Amino acid sequence: MSLFVTELRRLGKRRVTRLMLVLLVLGLATVATAFSFSSEKLSPAAVAEAEAKANNDYQTAMTEWKRTIAECEAAAGRGENTEDRYGPNCGKDYQPQPDMFEAKWYLPYQFDFRAEFPLFIAVFAASVALFGFIVGASFVGAEWNTGGMMNLLLWRPKRLTVLGTKLAALLTTVFGLTVVLGALWTAAFWLIASQRGSTAKMTGGVWQSIGLDGLRALGMTLLVAAVGFALASLGRHTAMALGAAVGIFAVSEIGIRIAVAVLGVQFGDRYVLSTYAQSWFLKQAELFDYDTCQFSQGACEPATYMVTWQQSAVVFGVALVGALVAAFWTMRRRDIS
Amino acid sequence: MSAVLEIEGLRKTYRSRKRGVRHALDGFDMRVEAGQVHGFLGPNGSGKTTTLRTLLGLIRPNGGRMAILGQELPHALPAVAGQVGAIVESPQFFPHFSARDTLGLLAQAGELPRQRVDEVLELVGLRDRAGERVKTYSLGMKQRLAVASALLKNPKLLILDEPANGLDPGGIREMRGLMRDLSENGMTVVLSSHILGEIQLICDSVTIISLGRRVAFGPVEQVLAAHSQGSVRVRLEAVSDLSQAADALTRAGVRVATEPDHLMLSGVDKPATVSRLLAEQGLYVSELTPVAVDLESVFLELTATAPVPGQHRQVDQSAKVDQTGTAGGWGA
Repeated sequence: MSLFVTELRRLGKRRVTRLMLVLLVLGLATVATAFSFSSEKLSPAAVAEAEAKANNDYQTAMTEWKRTIAECEAAAGRGENTEDRYGPNCGKDYQPQPDMFEAKWYLPYQFDFRAEFPLFIAVFAASVALFGFIVGASFVGAEWNTGGMMNLLLWRPKRLTVLGTKLAALLTTVFGLTVVLGALWTAAFWLIASQRGSTAKMTGGVWQSIGLDGLRALGMTLLVAAVGFALASLGRHTAMALGAAVGIFAVSEIGIRIAVAVLGVQFGDRYVLSTYAQSWFLKQAELFDYDTCQFSQGACEPATYMVTWQQSAVVFGVALVGALVAAFWTMRRRDIS
Repeated sequence: MSAVLEIEGLRKTYRSRKRGVRHALDGFDMRVEAGQVHGFLGPNGSGKTTTLRTLLGLIRPNGGRMAILGQELPHALPAVAGQVGAIVESPQFFPHFSARDTLGLLAQAGELPRQRVDEVLELVGLRDRAGERVKTYSLGMKQRLAVASALLKNPKLLILDEPANGLDPGGIREMRGLMRDLSENGMTVVLSSHILGEIQLICDSVTIISLGRRVAFGPVEQVLAAHSQGSVRVRLEAVSDLSQAADALTRAGVRVATEPDHLMLSGVDKPATVSRLLAEQGLYVSELTPVAVDLESVFLELTATAPVPGQHRQVDQSAKVDQTGTAGGWGA
């Protein structure tokens, strides 16, 4: 227990941790503040103004449509060819319809907590995950690099216990931070929605769904932090984790995309890591294959492939277990010199 | 006396595709008795640090036996770690932590009382600078901090790798005094250093390693005596008589090396016989001095690392002697 508390203290004392925490909080606060200015609560007057604008635009379109028809018919009367300029039947088939001028399109943007907050959970999770990755990688990488790990092992010559305790301290910190900042993040957006948006239709089921989104976000932050920690431990340097992250991104998002495109693999995006991240946050990701479209037979209905969040859980779980097993195995086997 | 540290036949082999097989430790033996200050000497790359790292569980050996305080390693290392304080190679600490933070975290990990941190800071002379970041410290101050971290546990066995590295002359003297005090209070100290004068001054016994094997061991005076070879320096009233004197002494069975202005004799039991022998030849001695051997010359001789004019010795060029030829008093 003393080692765990020590490692918690060590992590908290580290400059990278403090700096990254400040950047994380500032970044999240900036996003929330900036977003609050973009949302505007809809008043009856704003709704009436939007309806008036929509109606006005509809009337203007109708007037223009009638004028164009009249102009076309006059031209036809003079024996001119009108089809190229006005279309068939002088464009009478294109009469503006009221549903083309819906009032809601004329309303200022209003944040809808129920519909849009899940997206902000993903933004929050990505930010905390980045924090966890860098801090996690640095926590073990810098310890190796500066000799701190060796010093610690002279005191506690149980390698797996030491590495496991460090990981536990990291995950506890990231967990606590995600919960606390996540609560503040939710409160901030609830406040924005209450004051400058809408909190309508927030049923118990919606809160449950948001709660599950939050749990997946928490899982993602812990996973990314653990993978960063494991990669840095494998390479015994922070740069190893950062380099691996850049490498994985380049291979997955660029290399694989090019390869599947060249090879003509159907639903090639199912081999791309970001598809699984998307699926994890949005519960599913639907891939389309437009090559199967038969445009000659009318509207296209491309073949689809669904990636579910459960599949994402398997992919990320395998990656996590693989990275951790490798890190602990090398910790146990490799000499410290 | 009981042994605090025992190593028998320790082996560590590194295999590399490029460089092939290298035996960093090739059946190394070592024994340190309780309460002694023991010098652990060897040229660069001889296996000193590998030995210490292996002993402390940082490197996995390929064979051999190790024990600290009577407990077999590495199995019992977690049990004895609390009684072993060590610094290995140059001191390394997290640069943005203060000395107090660094020691405080170690003390907490070792479940030691907080006041022990202040005690060791006082002991190594860092009390007034303890709040400053380690990155602002000089090498000598980092060395003091490293020693403080090793002393934090109040260990029964203290292993220090180059503790005087970077210390100023005053610091070296303080370190010498500290080692003596610790030893007098019952702590066993293993000291690895290249400052052989210091080792000779403060150590009770030594082990010399070369190319992964022990080449000498025992109490310092016994190691020195075993390699003194009865050397005597002889000067004559007339330098021109040196060659005649050399001939006479060689005929009498004395090994002679002729220097420009004197002779160096070895294998001389009684220096008086030299003056009598030369007087019989009408040669008169102006100086007849038994040459006391020091640890440095023994070290250079045993490890074959003495500089040779015009040659550039490479790191792995040193001697490995057969273990039956080791000198010394006890052990193994």
